[in-house]
Amino acid sequence: MATGTGTSQSDVILRVEDLHKKYGKDEVLKGVSLELRRGETKVVIGPSGTGKSTLLRCINQLSVPDKGRVWLEDVEITHARTNINHARAQIGFVFQDFNLFAHLPALDNVALGLVKVKKMPKKEAVVRAREELARVGLAEKADSYPAELSGGQKQRVSIARALAMDPKLILFDEPTSALDPELIGEVLEVMIQLARGGMTMIVVSHEMGFARAVADRIIFMEGGVILEEGTPAELFTCPRCERTGQFLRKITELYGETSGR
Amino acid sequence: MDCVRCKGVAISAAKLLWQSVGPLFTRGLPVTLEITVLLLLLGLALGTALALVQVYGRRPLRYVCVAYEQVFRGIPPLVTILIFWNGLSQSFHIFLPGVVAAALALGLRSAAYQSQIFRGAIQAVPPGQMMAARALGMGKLQAIRHVILPQAFRLAIPPWSNEYSGVVKDTAFACVIGGLIELTRLGMTSLTRLSMTHGIGSQLILPVLIIVGLFYLALTYGGNALLALLERRLRIPGFEMKGKVER
Amino acid sequence: MSYFEFVGMIMPRLLRATVVTLELTAIGIGSGFVLGLLLALTRVYAHRVVSGIANVYIQFFRATPLVIQALIIYFGLPPYLAAMGLKPLSPFAAGCVALGLNSAAYQAEYLRGAIQAISSGQMLAARSMGMTKAQAVRSVILPQALRIVLPSWSNELIYTLLYSSVVYFVTLDDLTFVSMKIAAKYGRAFDSYSAAALIYLAIVVLLSRVLAYVEARVRIPGLSVDDRAR
Repeated sequence: MATGTGTSQSDVILRVEDLHKKYGKDEVLKGVSLELRRGETKVVIGPSGTGKSTLLRCINQLSVPDKGRVWLEDVEITHARTNINHARAQIGFVFQDFNLFAHLPALDNVALGLVKVKKMPKKEAVVRAREELARVGLAEKADSYPAELSGGQKQRVSIARALAMDPKLILFDEPTSALDPELIGEVLEVMIQLARGGMTMIVVSHEMGFARAVADRIIFMEGGVILEEGTPAELFTCPRCERTGQFLRKITELYGETSGR
Repeated sequence: MDCVRCKGVAISAAKLLWQSVGPLFTRGLPVTLEITVLLLLLGLALGTALALVQVYGRRPLRYVCVAYEQVFRGIPPLVTILIFWNGLSQSFHIFLPGVVAAALALGLRSAAYQSQIFRGAIQAVPPGQMMAARALGMGKLQAIRHVILPQAFRLAIPPWSNEYSGVVKDTAFACVIGGLIELTRLGMTSLTRLSMTHGIGSQLILPVLIIVGLFYLALTYGGNALLALLERRLRIPGFEMKGKVER
Repeated sequence: MSYFEFVGMIMPRLLRATVVTLELTAIGIGSGFVLGLLLALTRVYAHRVVSGIANVYIQFFRATPLVIQALIIYFGLPPYLAAMGLKPLSPFAAGCVALGLNSAAYQAEYLRGAIQAISSGQMLAARSMGMTKAQAVRSVILPQALRIVLPSWSNELIYTLLYSSVVYFVTLDDLTFVSMKIAAKYGRAFDSYSAAALIYLAIVVLLSRVLAYVEARVRIPGLSVDDRAR
């Protein structure tokens, strides 16, 4: 496996360096760099179509970036000789539209990765899967199929599925955008618990209340680049960039602060 | 006096009829079933492989599969059977057992149709399923095996049931293979024998052939019922599919 | 003689036989359409009993092999026809009847599906304008149903072509039967059958192209199999 060059600080878990990605003529990422420390929660905000989701997919190589590098601790996962499946197993991913395996009950959805990727014995995997379902408050839904769950429940199962793999970090791709407003709260609550429990996460979201409550830093993206990065206090009170301030005001108007609590 | 004659005719007719119908159970049905099962298995294995290559394979390989489908969907089953039976033995001195020749000819053909069924089913599985499996760290083959195919096969049962109905009837063409005694062949033997019998004989051809037809009808409905049962057993919330009328 | 010389030599005979195959196909699909449409309309609009009888016909012809149906028409019926003072059918007539009756059952199912796929609102709207049921069927339902049915119907045409080889069993000189005779005469079975197979294949490829073109020409936005349901 390829090892990184200059990651000296041991608590940097993820380092993204100058990512570029084009879809056809459309350049979606125009050089994005960021670092994520252990236990840190970064929330990525910005208008739609500015490459936030693409950024997450390029991090775990679900989309292969045209240029740029990504390190998971000291392993360069963009390196051709890195076993990408091994790397992905350590990076949780939560999709906007859940993508629960439609043919498996909730329990097996959580256990499948443990059995097939981590080669855990089935019995052990089932025990672990039950724990994770309990952690997201869905112990009693273990035998339900995805089609029998509400959107919020689906997303919580998919968070349990990611958690079960003991990931070093979890990427959340607009986890509440596909949910009915009344179901958003239950998912955000789980995520807030995770963040406070020390999980390392990058969250693409429009939930300003959530961002304010748990983000260590907020990243504002537009047009394929990071325009601004700072603590919630910095960004909400005195944005240096005018665009960020505009966007934040608009988004707070539109969505309110659903999750603030 | 008249009644005695009537009775005699009726008895001899019943006897003739039974001579024709009995072997349908003991010889014809097992052989027809054997051909059907063999050809379906061949078609299933090859059809799945062709579908996977068409969805996930590289371009030149995909074209090979498309060509394969086009060729086998463009030749009458009877001609395919004649090629695999007569053609191979006469021109290449390859002597396949009748059942094998029939199952091979019809199975390669069925693979072309089944490939289309499975391709459609695989493509009906939302792309997010593959993405979620890969995001967990599964390899492509693992994802296909544990996530895509279990879903695709469920979606494929109703159209596959139509394909089953089609091939059961196609096995009737195998009666041209010498020495292969299946249902239709027995029907033709009875036909020849009855047309040479005096009196009531020739009028029995129609009922005998209808009975042979009813055997196929039973096979079609029986098989479809079994597959519907299988579909119900495997049914999962969210996978309710409507069957489509196809030949 | 090389393969190509041999095929070249037998080609004129095969092509003459191909004409018979095409005639059978045309008559089979045409008569099947007329009968199939009647059956479909009966299934959808007729009284329950009549509709049930149509269904029995459709089910029998769909669930039994065409070979058996051809044997019944050519060998099974004549003794009864004779009893009624009628002459048995010629091989060509028997082939046409078998293909037509068989295809009718399939076409009836496709058409029924298409008619039922059209929303009931269409019929209501037509009736509310004062059209009779027959008028509504003719000028509102069928124009839509026939477009929806076209892809299935294209398949059916190709099936009818391929399955016209069933006339082998009534000893009619179509493409398949002639290739068998040639195989027997020259002892070159593979060459003869593969030549016949190539002719079938060529016709199928050509037909598919033409049908795809027709489908594209008559397409109306919002009215195709893909737009329906799902």
